[in-house]
Amino acid sequence: MMGKVELSNQGYPLDRHPPRWTADGRRGAADRRTLGWLAAGLGAVAAPAGLLIAPPDQLQGNTQRLMYLHVPAAWTAYLAFAAVLAASLGYLATRDLRWDRCARVAAELGVGLTALTIALGALWGRAVWGTWWDWDPRLVSTALLLLVYAGYLARRQVLAQRYAEAGPLAAHRVARPAAFTGMAGFVLVPVVHFSVVWWRSLHQPATILAPERPPIHPLMATALLLSLAAFTAGAAWIFLRRLAALDRSTPAGTGHPPTPAVEARPAADRATLVEIR
Amino acid sequence: MIRPTRAGLTLTAVVLAGTGLLTYGGLRGTLSYYRTPAEVAADPDARTTRARLGGTVVPGSVEHHGGQTVFRLVADGHEITVRQHGMPPDTFRPGQDAVVEGVLGPDGVFRSDQVLVRHGNEYRPADTDTGTDAGTGTGTGTDAGTER
Repeated sequence: MMGKVELSNQGYPLDRHPPRWTADGRRGAADRRTLGWLAAGLGAVAAPAGLLIAPPDQLQGNTQRLMYLHVPAAWTAYLAFAAVLAASLGYLATRDLRWDRCARVAAELGVGLTALTIALGALWGRAVWGTWWDWDPRLVSTALLLLVYAGYLARRQVLAQRYAEAGPLAAHRVARPAAFTGMAGFVLVPVVHFSVVWWRSLHQPATILAPERPPIHPLMATALLLSLAAFTAGAAWIFLRRLAALDRSTPAGTGHPPTPAVEARPAADRATLVEIR
Repeated sequence: MIRPTRAGLTLTAVVLAGTGLLTYGGLRGTLSYYRTPAEVAADPDARTTRARLGGTVVPGSVEHHGGQTVFRLVADGHEITVRQHGMPPDTFRPGQDAVVEGVLGPDGVFRSDQVLVRHGNEYRPADTDTGTDAGTGTGTGTDAGTER
């Protein structure tokens, strides 16, 4: 998959960047803008569909409209954690730090979306169940999921500080343990999803992803699917923007934002620095 | 070579403590979130320890006496009468599932101080039938007959 490996970098490929789809160039930026507009357009359709067109639920009334935010937030969080898994595998297979940055960005996104899911779920739960929180298997496992990936990000931070002086290989010393943590964390995703099936819970089971789909009004289902599409596109847009920003702030040959270390600079810069001295 | 930083230790401690707390809290009420009327009735400890009791609110059983709400919960053919202090949530309806928290009294009446309403994964507009008779035609048409 990778080109030739630079022996001078102790077996790790040099961090060449950027790939086309995260490129800082005009093309990459235009692609991201297109995706951003797509997400905005889907959101502009999903909002009136969820707020006005879909009928209020018989039991829950207008509160049920929280579903059009809560479910897509949870879905995109699952997607983000799947991306952490894939990118972590990608890093371990190729030792390419671009994969590592993908994993980091996806984890950031997933943590934010999981927190959003819990917050929206608390509002919905207060209104319909009669409690913000209870020790229900779905709620507990989701909180654990948040904790695990927040821990993943924290671990990256701690490792990055520890190896800050390690030169060009510092990023790899962060990326490898981070990849294992990121992959291990994904074990919780099916636990969260199937918690409502495996254990008795307060939380209702899935509707759209249920094996035999229970009745949902077609307009409600449409609003939900539109919102799912808008969230997915929006999350992908944020992912690519953040990744591009991270690529920009990463000098070639290192995996972390610029440090004053001369070794971290590309050869041309180094020569200039020597000249100045 | 590996020198744990103070930040690292703190983070690890926080994550472990949080995980432990959540796991403990999650598992505390035995391994299941709620128990059925049959399980509660058969358990001698139910009269001394708090438990969650889950079931369907029996239609026609709901009565309000001052600040108390009395109703029956049924599951698998077993019923328990519940006396709830305070108002249940607005979404509380006969025929819906509910989970109550409290202690079984010596008279076999479950004294509850919290009612949580469980709702299903079915969504339909207000102006249609309650779904007690299947096939009102408001669903997606996939299988309206599988309602519980």
